[in-house]
Amino acid sequence: MTKKRYLILEDGTVFEGEAFGAERGMVGEVVFTTSMSGYQESLTNPSNTGVILVMTYPLIGNYGVNRDDSESVDLHLGALAVREIEEQPSNFRCDETLSSFMEKRSIPGISEIDTRKLTRIIRSKGTMKGMLTEAGADVDVDTALQVLAASEMAQSLVEAVSTKRPYPSPGRGKRVAVVDYGMKHGILRELNNRGCDVLVVPHDTSAEDVLAWHPDGILLSNGPGNPEDIEEAPGFIREVLGKVPVFGINLGHELLAISCGAKTFKMRFGHHGGNHPVKDLSTGRTEITSQNHQYAVDRESLEGTGLTVTHVALNDGTVEGLAHETHAAFSVQFDPEASPGPEDANHLFDRFITLMERHNGKEIIANA
Amino acid sequence: MPKRTDIETILVIGSGPIVIGQAAEFDYAGTQACLSLKEEGYRVILVNSNPATIMTDTEIADKVYIEPISLEFVSRIIRKERPDAILPTLGGQTGLNMAIELDNSGILDELGIEVLGTKLDAINKAEDRELFRTLMNELDVPVPESDIIHNLEEAKAFVAQVGYPVIVRPAFTLGGTGGGICHDDKELEEIVASGLKYSPVRQCLLEKSIAGFKEIEFEVMRDSADNAIVVCSMENFDPVGIHTGDSIVVAPVQTLSDREVQMLRNVSLNIIRALGIEGGCNVQLALDPDSFNFYAIEVNPRVSRSSALASKATGYPIAKLASKIAVGLTLDEMMNPVTGQTYACFEPTIDYIVAKIPRWPFDKFESAKRNLGTQMKATGEVMSMGRTFEEAILKAVRSLETGLYHLNLKNGEDLSMEWIEKRIRRAGDERLFFIGEALRRGVTVEEIHDWSKIDFFFLNKLEKIVAYESTLKENQFDRSIARKAKRMGFADRTIAALWGTNEREVYEWRTEQGLVPVYKMVDTCAGEFESETPYFYGTYEEENESLKSGKESVIVLGSGPIRIGQGVEFDYATVHSVWAIQEAGYEAIIINNNPETVSTDFSISDKLYFEPLTIEDVMAIIDLEQPKGVIVQFGGQTAINLADALEARGVKILGTTLEDLDRAENRDKFEQTLRELGIPQPLGKTAVSAPEAAEIAHNIGYPVLVRPSYVLGGRAMEIVYNEAELLHYMENAVQASPEHPVLIDRYLTGKEIEVDAICDGENVLIPGIMEHVERAGVHSGDSIAVYPPQSLTDKQIATLADYTERLARGLNIVGLMNIQYVIADGEVYVIEVNPRSSRTVPFLSKITGIPMANIATKAILGETITDQGYPTGLLDQVSGVYVKVPVFSFAKLARVDITLGPEMKSTGEVMGKDDTFEKALYKGFIASGMEIRNHGTVLFTVSDKDKAEAAAIAARFAGIGYQLLATEGTAETFREAGLPVRTVGKIGGEGKTLIDVIQTGEAQFIINTLTKGKQPERDGFRIRRESVENGIPCMTSMDTAKAVLRVIESMTFSAEAMLPREAMPAREVHA
Repeated sequence: MTKKRYLILEDGTVFEGEAFGAERGMVGEVVFTTSMSGYQESLTNPSNTGVILVMTYPLIGNYGVNRDDSESVDLHLGALAVREIEEQPSNFRCDETLSSFMEKRSIPGISEIDTRKLTRIIRSKGTMKGMLTEAGADVDVDTALQVLAASEMAQSLVEAVSTKRPYPSPGRGKRVAVVDYGMKHGILRELNNRGCDVLVVPHDTSAEDVLAWHPDGILLSNGPGNPEDIEEAPGFIREVLGKVPVFGINLGHELLAISCGAKTFKMRFGHHGGNHPVKDLSTGRTEITSQNHQYAVDRESLEGTGLTVTHVALNDGTVEGLAHETHAAFSVQFDPEASPGPEDANHLFDRFITLMERHNGKEIIANA
Repeated sequence: MPKRTDIETILVIGSGPIVIGQAAEFDYAGTQACLSLKEEGYRVILVNSNPATIMTDTEIADKVYIEPISLEFVSRIIRKERPDAILPTLGGQTGLNMAIELDNSGILDELGIEVLGTKLDAINKAEDRELFRTLMNELDVPVPESDIIHNLEEAKAFVAQVGYPVIVRPAFTLGGTGGGICHDDKELEEIVASGLKYSPVRQCLLEKSIAGFKEIEFEVMRDSADNAIVVCSMENFDPVGIHTGDSIVVAPVQTLSDREVQMLRNVSLNIIRALGIEGGCNVQLALDPDSFNFYAIEVNPRVSRSSALASKATGYPIAKLASKIAVGLTLDEMMNPVTGQTYACFEPTIDYIVAKIPRWPFDKFESAKRNLGTQMKATGEVMSMGRTFEEAILKAVRSLETGLYHLNLKNGEDLSMEWIEKRIRRAGDERLFFIGEALRRGVTVEEIHDWSKIDFFFLNKLEKIVAYESTLKENQFDRSIARKAKRMGFADRTIAALWGTNEREVYEWRTEQGLVPVYKMVDTCAGEFESETPYFYGTYEEENESLKSGKESVIVLGSGPIRIGQGVEFDYATVHSVWAIQEAGYEAIIINNNPETVSTDFSISDKLYFEPLTIEDVMAIIDLEQPKGVIVQFGGQTAINLADALEARGVKILGTTLEDLDRAENRDKFEQTLRELGIPQPLGKTAVSAPEAAEIAHNIGYPVLVRPSYVLGGRAMEIVYNEAELLHYMENAVQASPEHPVLIDRYLTGKEIEVDAICDGENVLIPGIMEHVERAGVHSGDSIAVYPPQSLTDKQIATLADYTERLARGLNIVGLMNIQYVIADGEVYVIEVNPRSSRTVPFLSKITGIPMANIATKAILGETITDQGYPTGLLDQVSGVYVKVPVFSFAKLARVDITLGPEMKSTGEVMGKDDTFEKALYKGFIASGMEIRNHGTVLFTVSDKDKAEAAAIAARFAGIGYQLLATEGTAETFREAGLPVRTVGKIGGEGKTLIDVIQTGEAQFIINTLTKGKQPERDGFRIRRESVENGIPCMTSMDTAKAVLRVIESMTFSAEAMLPREAMPAREVHA
């Protein structure tokens, strides 16, 4: 028998639904994603740490959960809110149901709620906090609102999700150090697919240690939370810039911008989904990208930073890509590794490889 | 890239008549195309032979040609109008094939005309099986093992390699005509023969069957700057093996993980990039349910039925944007018309589930093979949206209007398990319902999966629905259970049946409980951006987004899925009614469920509700909107049928009152009205038993028209010529009883006349009178109609006008009416009055320039015809002759008898217009797909009663040099009349039989009339089917034959030898 569960928003809206996954209650920031498939990837994306993720597509769990498609081993998602959770999934790779997967990893979920109403509230009022009650517990709106008002969103999210020690993912090609701010496995997969010899390092590794490994390039990964909270990043980036090519993705993009002196800001409700058109200003072509960001780089603040805008969101003009004018460094706000979502921008990894090749060439000449 | 400025005039080619495989979706696409090109400032020339479309309204293009889509006529239009470019990708296969033909003829090069949108070589690459396969190989996209074959030997050689089953796909055909799956040699021989016949290039693709794979479709778009997007992904409920037009389809894909989705998305985009598509395109893929293996099945390099579905499913207007891409605009510079604030270059995301179910014509064609395969048989489709799969599928079920509201069949309990299993194993139109019956009997989803290969996901959902029936039954009037049931899409009617109460009671209880649907917006973006699209669907959720405006509103009920007897004509009238309501200052709200049509384009009305047309779903909207009233006259029988229940719930029916509707439709009341008005009708009475029927028939005299009183739309209607036939009918076709009387009417052999009129309660406007070529007895929808009448006296016309006016006033018509008359022995009789819009309204409106649906709507809203500035009475004839020629889809429907009779069989129509009747008819025939040659052979095989008439026709054929062939009896009559005739053997006879003649294409026309009795009837049936399957025109009415003859005579110079002197008449010598 299913138990009742409530989701209370900061603005006082209460959603009555059914509990699935873990029984515990929690508080988190409510974010919606419009991807119609790829819930497993979103769920396991460390960028979504602590978040109550609302799926706008109403049927979730259709194809279950499999062992291949997770974007991280440990789950850091806050909770999942859906219209309907499918308990009888159908797919040849399905290993278990989504609800049992979540239950085992202690992630609570709420189903049978009007997720479109919830989405529209967030769209018009902006991202807000929400409280998921314990399964079967009664709702006390006043108390819930007090709890919500008092709760601070965690600041050390990156620390929680970053790897504690470096680990290799070997290959015979370019040596790439990935700074793990909450890296999706997709990034590793794309690098390994291109033969890269990867070393994933903790978020607070020193530039000296990384450079001592003699990487051909450094990739700044995606990750959760406010980029301004990650104090160790700008210094690290400034030290490696110009020494090896740098590629920033998502949070890594925001950090590159900050390290060059630009500012970031929190968006109203962010970009979350697999259908975001981004214009590549160098080719004029628009690509459909997978996005999951709540923060963005302030365009005005780019002046004098040495960074140029290379990609913009077609719909709202958000800065989606940057390149450094003098150093071999570029970054994108979206997720070129996709998973989930369209793989149109996958070629950016090739661009990173090319950049590393060219840069090597230069260094050889410089050394000669 | 900005739009092209080097072109000014663009020719758009339409798709012609509605046939199976090419329906109203091209009216929707074509209308969008023309309007969006005009919007960009181009001069648009349109050619389309179908008068029943919005697209052929003169407002839609700068110049509208309702002319045959044939090389001859389109070339002439091109020479006259000198367009700079043509746009062929929005007129279905017809438009594409025409463009290729024009290109091959050299006229495009000669006049320097550019083909816009996807280039012809890309079209060829997508359509030609061999080129397509080569391209797929280059792209490393797997295609099923296949071979192009040109004859049976090649086919057999291929099967020897890959084994059965194999699929036969004829090249360049619509809806897979002539193709199918072969499991053995016999089927191979049959299907390959028919496939080769139907392929215009005598080419078929033989393909290793991958039946059982998931069938996935992507609707994609690309522009000239190489921006490419996926508008919508779709998954077929039915696995590969059933034509997608005949499959239940859901959107988006349901059972694919993101990895599978992205893999197939990448393939689809690679394909359209490689093809260089500029516009819309449909990619069909097959995915192994047990691995990542997939195959590309097919690519349609144009706007299609699937793109209409994708447009309606997501709100994204594919045809409109495809047209703009064709003139050089790119996706990233056009706005998404739905949100108005985001760009068209994005991929719609939806937050509901869409289900489409095809509508098949098997209720009309009971003898047709109901099996589904690679050849499409559906005439139309319904779409529904819900927040659960269960809701979407059940809403779609009740949108079909097949009398079913749930996953059960009418006599479900009586079916044997063997029968149920058989009907699940072998896909047919009712498989979904047989699955429901099987689940109800405890058959497991595993078994059903074994039988059907339908994915467990769907079967589990269906099982949930069936299982919930018992929960409902055990928990009567329980709010939370009922809420859950409504969230699963259960109809009030279904719940009522489970609770042992009636629908009305459930509705009232539910409303009291506040269990009412809310309406969610279709916005292409799952709520991410603010949108103002007035496009809604109903569901049981918390938040309602459809807010009642301050303006007074009027609701128009649409006509639902396209089916035989209710085609695109009713959508035409619906759309015009909506426009008129807006002109009159009201908010126009439309409810409809057909994704193919113009009326379900959200930009047409002030508000569009995409919902089933049942009393429950319509009432829910009325309760919310509180309109001034509801207009039911334009949505065909669908809407009229709801009038009763709506009025019973206190809803105001605008226009002709329910009581008067009933007076026109109820036989006794109608008779009484006619008596009061002094208007004659053929003698007739109702019988409740066979002996009584015989007595009545004897009294009024044979032939008589017999039909059951409780069946609408000409079903089971027959003309019988003697008592034996009558008794046979009474015994076999109907079961007469006091509750179900049989109507027996004198069958008058005469001219049939059709009149449409508008009445405001006082004034009557009769735009014109149409005469039918076929005598009474052939359904008016299947007859050739001519305007103006060709053989009526002034007095008869005056009588028709007089009767029409009296009927309109006598029946208190407010709005439109359609009357069928018969003129026998100089007398005018009324056969039937339909107090609603009819099939001929668009035809007549276009000819006479009288916007009938518009005037009628305003009359309904209270503005008199004279106040609207129109004259009254019968209008003067306009110049020229106009014919409406019916078009049939018999080739797609095996085992259907093509004989014309009281039951309607045509799926569409074309118009022919010219200075003379013969020229107009010629165009009509050509446009309907008939080939008319000025020499050749005609084969006669007619019943005894028609022999004399046939001889006269044969003599005229012989007179213009046609060879005559006839079967024994008919030949005898011809010989007696001194005609040169060759005899061919009957079926099963010695030597060359008529079947050989038909199969070898020796005859260009066949004239066959129905013989009553046993064996001959079956022979006749064979002959008619053979002619259809061999693509030879077969006339089953002497009148049609005469019309064809008249055309051929008019195109032929006479070929008479000089008379010998002795044969000259004696003459006087002038002094």
